[in-house]
Amino acid sequence: MKTVEEIKTAILAAVPGADVEVIPNPSPSAQPSLLLDPAHAVAVATFLRDDAELALDFLSNVTGVDWLDREVVEKVKVTRQVEKAVDGPEPNQVQMVTETVEETRKHLEPGHLEAVYHLYSIKKKHGPVVLRMRTVNRKDQVELPSFTPVWRSAEFQEREIFDLYGIVFTGHPDLRRLLMWPEFKDHPMRKDYVEPDDFEYEPTAHDKVLERAKAHQSAVGGQNPTEAAR
Amino acid sequence: MAVEQNLKIELGKQGVFVTTIEELYNWGRRSSVWPMQFGLACCAIEMIATTMARYDMARFGAEVFRPSPRQADLMIISGTVTKKMAPQVVRLYNQMAEPKYVIAMGACAISGGPFKQGYNVLKGIDRYIPVDVHIPGCPPRPEALLQAFITLQKKIDGQSLTGEDRPRHLDANAACEFPVPVQGDHDLEPPANRLVWPLPARKQGQGAGD
Repeated sequence: MKTVEEIKTAILAAVPGADVEVIPNPSPSAQPSLLLDPAHAVAVATFLRDDAELALDFLSNVTGVDWLDREVVEKVKVTRQVEKAVDGPEPNQVQMVTETVEETRKHLEPGHLEAVYHLYSIKKKHGPVVLRMRTVNRKDQVELPSFTPVWRSAEFQEREIFDLYGIVFTGHPDLRRLLMWPEFKDHPMRKDYVEPDDFEYEPTAHDKVLERAKAHQSAVGGQNPTEAAR
Repeated sequence: MAVEQNLKIELGKQGVFVTTIEELYNWGRRSSVWPMQFGLACCAIEMIATTMARYDMARFGAEVFRPSPRQADLMIISGTVTKKMAPQVVRLYNQMAEPKYVIAMGACAISGGPFKQGYNVLKGIDRYIPVDVHIPGCPPRPEALLQAFITLQKKIDGQSLTGEDRPRHLDANAACEFPVPVQGDHDLEPPANRLVWPLPARKQGQGAGD
């Protein structure tokens, strides 16, 4: 099979204007992935499926990832002019010296939601090719193009991602919640999901559950519910 | 009024059969408890095994699994009750005719089991409907389900038809229909029926209906 770099070259030749980025994977699995731009993603996907050499006819798995806003701390080397006292015949002699200083800088990298697609070829017996797409942010611009028109097997998995992560797949034929009920408002797999507080009775509480149960224990008159039930 | 056991045996030797209405009534009730035919998760496989020839639940008069709640006496909650499924389970229970009993089978049905801290699984069906027998296990073996069934039969046998502890269907004031929870924005509303499942701290000397 072609390497990821070769696939990228093939995509760029076949789909003009497409923006493809190779994301390396330093882990032992060593599966680098291709980050697609949402505007050309469906064209790229159709190419990957129909290309005679790649023939990625099987979409095995779709999953979502929630990337929170994160603060990136990096050390930058800065060259600047510094006044320095120089030893000399005259006391307090000052001279301008160019000096390289290491400076830590912080900046906020905005979070996004990500959909990951794993493709295989049944015909050519090769794979996987990993595709990624990222939304603009996590709040209001969460649209991504749906791959269901290209691979039918994406239908339910994209519904599940819509349900659990809140990515809205445009072009999906039937985008409803899959696991939770239609009235449900949250997206449980997001990292900032607040689960319902029903820890009032925890007979074998420990760690985080114990912390949450304690709030309820103090509410019923400082009694440990387990002790009181005996 | 109970008949003395020795007197009963003596009379039996003489060809006289003595019983009480209560005994006869409870014997009738416990000998044909028909379960409802529905399974929720992997515990249902063990429940099916229990009805098959090797374990043969028919020995206890429970071989007829009814597909309609109207004809069923026993609801076996066999498996994980998700919050999406919980309203339907309560609704089915409400549709069963009295007298009706519930066996919560397996870790999930009694407490949420391995999914207890999840967002989508009910932490035990006894939050919404009264449960007669709880079976731990993941899943419980068929023997455990039979044990639970025998426990239920003993419980039925021990009930008196009058007085405070009389069965629910003989008590005109007892609730036999339980509110069906609504699927809300974030969780089921209400998260538990406090009449059926009072907080354990307040449970002392009150009895939780089981």
